[in-house]
Parts: sequence; structure tokens; C-alpha cells
Amino acid sequence: MSLYLSIAIIVLIFVVIFQIAKASEYVSILKGEEASRKQNNKINGFLMIVFLVLGFVGVYVCNEYLYDKTLLPQGAASVQGEKVDQMLWITLIITGIVFVITQVLLFWFAYKYQESDNRKAFFFAHSTKLELIWTAIPAITLTVLVIFGLRNWFFFTGEPPKNAMVVEVTGKQFGWIFRYPGHDNIFGKKYYKNIDPATNSVGIIWDDKYAQDDILTEQTMYVVKGQPVKLIIGSRDVVHDVGLSHFRLKMDAVPGIPTTMWFTPKYTTKEMKEKTGNPNFAYEISCDQMCGNGHYSMKGIIEVVDQEEYDLWLAKQKPQYFTAFPEEAAKAADGEAKPSAAPVVTDSTATAKK
Amino acid sequence: MSHEATLHGHELHEHHDTFLTKYVFSQDHKMIAKQFLITGMVWAVLGGLMSVLFRLQLGYPDASFPWLESILGKWAKGGQITPEAYYALVTTHGTVLVFFVLTAGLSGTFANFLIPLQVGARDMASPFMNMLSYWFFLAASVVMLSSMFVETGPFSGGWTAYPPLSALGDASPGSKTGMDLWIIAMALFVVSSLLGGLNYIATILNMRTKGMSMTRLPLTIWALFFTAVLGVLSFPVLLSGLILLIFDRNFGTSFYLSDIFVNGVGALSNEGGSAILYQHLFWFLGHPEVYIILLPAMGMVSEIMSINSRKPIFGYMAMLGSLFAIAALAFLVWAHHMFVTGLNPFLGSIFVLLTLLIAVPSAIKVFNWLTTLWRGNIRFTPAMLFAIGFVSLFISGGLTGIWLGNAALDIHLHDTYFVIAHFHIVMGVASMFGMFAGVYHWFPKMYGRYLNNSLGYIHFWVTMAGAYLIFWPMHYEGLAGMPRRYFDFSIWESFKQFAELNRFISTVSMIVFAVQILFLINFFYSIFKGRKVTTTNPWEANTLEWTTPINPGHGNWPGEIPEVHRWAYDYGKDGKDFIPQDVPVGADESSH
Repeated sequence: MSLYLSIAIIVLIFVVIFQIAKASEYVSILKGEEASRKQNNKINGFLMIVFLVLGFVGVYVCNEYLYDKTLLPQGAASVQGEKVDQMLWITLIITGIVFVITQVLLFWFAYKYQESDNRKAFFFAHSTKLELIWTAIPAITLTVLVIFGLRNWFFFTGEPPKNAMVVEVTGKQFGWIFRYPGHDNIFGKKYYKNIDPATNSVGIIWDDKYAQDDILTEQTMYVVKGQPVKLIIGSRDVVHDVGLSHFRLKMDAVPGIPTTMWFTPKYTTKEMKEKTGNPNFAYEISCDQMCGNGHYSMKGIIEVVDQEEYDLWLAKQKPQYFTAFPEEAAKAADGEAKPSAAPVVTDSTATAKK
Repeated sequence: MSHEATLHGHELHEHHDTFLTKYVFSQDHKMIAKQFLITGMVWAVLGGLMSVLFRLQLGYPDASFPWLESILGKWAKGGQITPEAYYALVTTHGTVLVFFVLTAGLSGTFANFLIPLQVGARDMASPFMNMLSYWFFLAASVVMLSSMFVETGPFSGGWTAYPPLSALGDASPGSKTGMDLWIIAMALFVVSSLLGGLNYIATILNMRTKGMSMTRLPLTIWALFFTAVLGVLSFPVLLSGLILLIFDRNFGTSFYLSDIFVNGVGALSNEGGSAILYQHLFWFLGHPEVYIILLPAMGMVSEIMSINSRKPIFGYMAMLGSLFAIAALAFLVWAHHMFVTGLNPFLGSIFVLLTLLIAVPSAIKVFNWLTTLWRGNIRFTPAMLFAIGFVSLFISGGLTGIWLGNAALDIHLHDTYFVIAHFHIVMGVASMFGMFAGVYHWFPKMYGRYLNNSLGYIHFWVTMAGAYLIFWPMHYEGLAGMPRRYFDFSIWESFKQFAELNRFISTVSMIVFAVQILFLINFFYSIFKGRKVTTTNPWEANTLEWTTPINPGHGNWPGEIPEVHRWAYDYGKDGKDFIPQDVPVGADESSH
């Protein structure tokens, strides 16, 4: 009912606007083309200035309401992110100045030079000097931005420090799998045809001697505050993207072609909860590359903890090999100290809304 | 004005025209232009409607609209759009707006309409090929439309159609039959755009009237020329990319596929392909495509600004040079869409440099437009308003391009709402403004009647304010890292704070859409009932199209094609308000 009512109202408004517009056309014919053109010029010229002023008021209001909702006030949570933010501010200032100057000139000229009988248009076809000036100024400014940007770019994409921990991240529809190399600090080889969703979600080759201590987790990845972490990123099916907005980084996960990214987290999750005043704060991994109907729910979590807590967590993990071959786990338990029975693998696809 | 003279210039015999040859299988460039325009408008309405529907979901993720279910059936179970439907709408909106509206609808319309009229030709180099170009476009439209009605739904993997998602029907229902139809539609579209483009280039190079040297061409023609060159050189690359995709989908090849395990299906046998290869092929078209969309708007805006400022366009040669620079650079920047694909960092740095280089010719254009306004005598026709709006939007969206083109910032902002804001402002809305400017300006030439002015003013101001209200706040969402193509943000602690803002944006987008309907009413009403044009040159412009009769027939000029003696921008020269191009140069003035 309310739908029909609102449609009726919209149609009515259209009819009214249309009739007024028709009427004003008749009036302008009566007044003569010249006179009505002048009147329209006055109105629209005035509106140009109104738009300019309201536009800047709008920018101010927008800032008031939305600035706190961006990530800028809480600051970046990684060393890399701080560089991104710094560059963001510099770029904002430079483009902001250009924005204000050009928009003011545009609307001011439009207002000021509206048609008038007292003025003739100034025949001004070109000026090499002026054109050289506004070729040179943007070129110089951009050179500065490029140099600055590329320094950061090579830092971000360069090699991580030697002490970096390494985690393998694998995207799948619609969740994240993390692999830790275990005691030997080397990942076992993998082959996608070995994938078994229940016991071997990334296709580890168990015969590889480095493979048997590899640890698999889903959904949540643990990293240590202050320690650089290098991610080796891949995908099991389609292209995904590891989006880390708090760390200001992202990298695609491409099937068959591993990519890497590294960063140094600066605050633990706990510290960020205090810093943002949000008890629910979490470092969320968002999938930033369209990957299918569950794309919007492909969430992972990064828990940044201090070394102590990390060691505790790691001690609780048992190698995936034992999940795949429970009889081996029993053997190992007989021989050595028994590993704890923490549940390791949970199926994240269940969280994707159908 | 004898009848004989009409027949003298061209072989097409107008008096044999039936309804079918005049309105349907027409070979008259003006009629083909109108066909492109109206088909483009139909797509614009459909594409706009799709955006309203998915904005409804984004603005009101918890609400239920029973009427949606009665329209969309299983795609809106319980009155709420399903993720499948949402992604199909987003994908189709993108594809349709980029290719069918802002490529075919924009350059299809104005290249066809303006090239022969402004260079002084009776028709295109090959009118028959021109007709085919439209019919291939219509065929593409029909196939694309039919993909909406297949059981598994239209393609839903984003307009860029990245494999493996687009290659694997098992990964997404939209990648089944819907994707086959999408590829076929795009292939037909490429054919259409090549037939059109070759024709535009041939006509501009070979069929200029006497005296119309290349440097006397209006900037519209130059812009359309570069647009056509870009299209002819880049669309075949997309086609080849799509053909490889067809092979991967249907014939078991592994161009783009490797190491894939699909949930519920198992490991695929494909090995050794590269999913990134497709992205290179796609963006080798995809980036020039941005300029294919933008350049015609730039050309028309230059022309309309000069006419309505009663001043020559400032720096004709610089405008020309910057068009050329943009067109050339368009081919050298595609990988800036791929900074986060694991691209070689050194290669990435080259693309940063080349990308930011584009800002220089763009800045030249903006400053030249501003100087064109300076000390002018501006008439605010609706076309002029849209031209000014174009410049404002081009500045706003162009500046954020400097952010995104810098890889170190893109690594944070890539695929967020910041990107949506950027390309909608600079490419989507700005080009749409160029298109509106063109329609308002050349409508009298198309139909011999005026559009209603007051409706034009309302249309402009609401759309202008609406465009900023919709897209400006999205920058803030992007700065929070809010990703594109999310059906729902409610489970995200990092992004759900924007729920209220999303509702606001959705509401504004509906108002703006409603105002476009007002434009459509104005358009179709004015074709039949608009105020009649009483003079051949209503805007007091210099270019040749205004030397034709009010309603030009096939062949454009009833007599001889006028000879050109000067450039198109003698406004306000020697105290004269305007001097058309076909007026011989007086003894006391310097020629251009």
C-alpha cells in the first residue's frame, strides 16, 4: 500500500515539475529569448556561487561526521602502515590545495563572467608562457610524490628482516587457512592434488621430511608484536586478496602463483582495544578481491600477541600430520611427552551465509 | 537548393526511403547516432535501476521489501536481495555502464552524429559498415539482456571477469551459462566497436571538406579520433583474452588455470596457467577504455565551453597535445590496476611513474578550461552547466587518481570504496555529464526542437549535488579500508560503523535516479512536442553542423558542402561575436 502511495506521490511531483517547466517555457517565449536567457544566466550564475559555498560547507560537515570513523584517528598498527599514513597526509595536502584552488576558480569564473552587456569576451587564444607554467608545476609536484611513493613501495615490497617469522596464508571459498612451519622452520612441500578438505586442506606432501611438523589453523592467525612477519600467500581456488586495513596493506592470493607481503605489527590486539576504546576490536582480514557469492563473509582474524602469549599458543598446537594420521599421533604420544588435544581445524565455510 | 543538387553529392536516393530503411536499417549516420543514443539510454536506465536495487540492499541490509520478491522471484526471497542477485546486479551494472552506455552510447552516438557534420562530409566512409556497427551492438545488447533470464543467473564475478572465478562454473553459479552469454555479448560488442572505430578514423582522415585541415578540426573531432584509435588498438586484445577464456571454460585448456581445488568438486587437472595473464590482457583494454569513455566527453566539453563563453578554447594546440599525450600514455599504465597482484616491484615502479605522468596533460586540460572561462561572456545553457559540472568532477576524481596511482598508497586503498568514489566521479559521472552536455547541445540539430530549459536546469543541479553527495562520503569509507563488492557489512567490526552513511547514500542515489527519469520525460516529450528551432544556428556557433538546414536530410547539405576558411574557435575575434568556419578570411584579419 505504502509502495503505491509513494509511487503516486512521485508521479504527482513529476507532473507538477513538468507543468511548471512547460509554463516557464511559454513565459520565456512571451518575454523573448534574449530576456529569458539573461534571467536564466543570473539565476544559474548565482547558483554557481551557492554550490561552491555549500560544497565547502558540505566537505566540512562530512569531515565532522566521518573522520572519526576512518582509520586515521586511531593510527596505523604496523610500521609500514605509519609510512602509508604519512604519505596519505602529504598527498592529501598537495591534492587538497589544488582541489580548492581549481574548484574556487571554476565556480568563481562561472559566476563572475556570466553574460553581461557591459563586457565583451576577451579574445585570448593561447599563451605559451602560461601553458609552460602549468605543465611544469604539476610535473615537479608529481616528481616529488613519485620519489616519495617509490621509496615506500620498494620498502614494502622488499625483503623482510632476517628475524621475520613466516606464515603461509591460503585463501579458499570462503575462508583462510594458515600454515606455520613448525620446529624446523621450513614448510613441507605441497601439491594441490593432495588436498583433502578434512585432513589436509592445503595439500601437504607428507613424505617430505619438513612436512610432518607443519601446523595448520583456520580463521585466526597469531603473530608477535614487534616481530616482522612475512606472509606467503596463495589460493586454493579463485583469486582472493589478503586485506589488512589496520596494517594498511593488501596482497592478492592467486592460485598457482605464490605472492608475499611482510609487515611489523606495532600493537597487540589487546592494546588496540584500549587504544580505540572498542572492546570488540579485531584485526580483521577482509577478502578484497571478488571471489564468489560468499565474498563478503570471507573473514579472518589476526591476533597480535606478545612473545609469551604466542609461545603458549604455539605449544598448544599439534602438527597437522597427527590429525591426518591419528595412529602416528598415538605412537608419538607413547614415545614422547604427549601433545595437548587442542582442536586445530574448524571449517570456516560454515560461517558463510548461504 | 534544387533537388538535383541533393542527389549530386551522394548516391543514396532519399525518395526511395521506406520506414524500414529510414528508421530501422538506416545508413544515415544521423539516424544511426540516434539509434545508439536511444539504445544507450535504455541501458542507462536499466543499469541505473540495478544500482538502485543494490543500493537498497546496502542501505537497508535488514529490511524486507515484499514487492522485490514479486518482481525478482527467487532472487529476492523474503523480500531481500540474495547475495547471488546482488553480485549479478553489481556485475551487470558495471559491464553495461562501462561498455554499453559510456562507450557505445557516448562515442557511438556522438562520433556518428558529429564526425560527418563537423568535418563536412555527407556520411561516414562506409555507411553500410556503420549500420552493421549498430546492429552488432544491438545483438550484443540482446545477448547480454538474455543472460538475465537464465536459470543460474547472469554472470556475477565483477565486470572485470577475472578467472578462475569467471572460468569455473563450479565456483559460482553466475559463471555457468550466464558467463557464456556475457562473453558472447562482449565479443559482439567488440566487433561493433571495431566496425565503428575504423569508420570514424577513415572518415576523419579522408573525408574532410575543402579547407578543413587537421588543425582546423574542432576538438570534438580530435577527441573522437583518438577515442577511435584507442578502441581499434585495444579492443582486439580484450577479444583475444576472452577467446582464451572460452577455451579454458569449454575446451579444457589451461591458459588461466593452475593448481585449483574447488570445494565440492575436487582438484582440477589444469596446471601451468596464469590467472594474472588474463588481468594483463583485460587491463590492456581496460585502461584505454577509461579514456575511450572520457575523451569524447572532454572534446564535447571543450567545444561547448568555448561556444558558451563566447571565447576561443584556450590553447588549442596544447589541448590537442594533451589529448595525444593521454591517448599515448593510456597504453602504458594498465598495470596500475594490478599493483597488489604480486607484480614485480620494479615493473610496478615504472607503472607508478607513467601513471602519475598522465596527471600532467590532465592538469593542462583543466587549466585551459579554466582560462577559457576567464573573461568570457558566459551563457548558462543546460549544456554549458553540464560542461562546467564535468570540469568540477574531473578535478575531484582526477586528484584522487594521484592517490591511487601511487603504488604505496594503492596497497592500502586498492579495491576499497575509495576506488569506487574515484572512478565513478572521474569516469562514470563526469563522462555522463559530458554525454548530457552533448545531448542538450546537439538536440536541436538531432530533432529540430529544443529540450525544455527549466527541466534541464533542475536535472543539472540535482544531479550535480547528488553526484557529490553520493560519492564524496565514499572516500571516507575507503580510508577505513571498506572493501568493494560486499553484500553486507554487518559481521565486520571494522566496517559496520558506516551503516547510517550507507543508508544516506542509498537514499540520495534514488533521488538522483528519479531525476534522470525527469530527463527522459523531457527527452521524449521534446522530440515530438518541444519548442521548435527557428534558426539554423541557435547557439551562434562556428562549426559546420550549424550550416546545414534545421532538419538536414541524408547527405546533410542540400547543396555543395561548404568550404572551410578558418579554425572553429573565432569567437570574440576583432570585436565580432562569432565567425563561422565557412566565412572567408577578410583582408584585415589573420587566419587560423
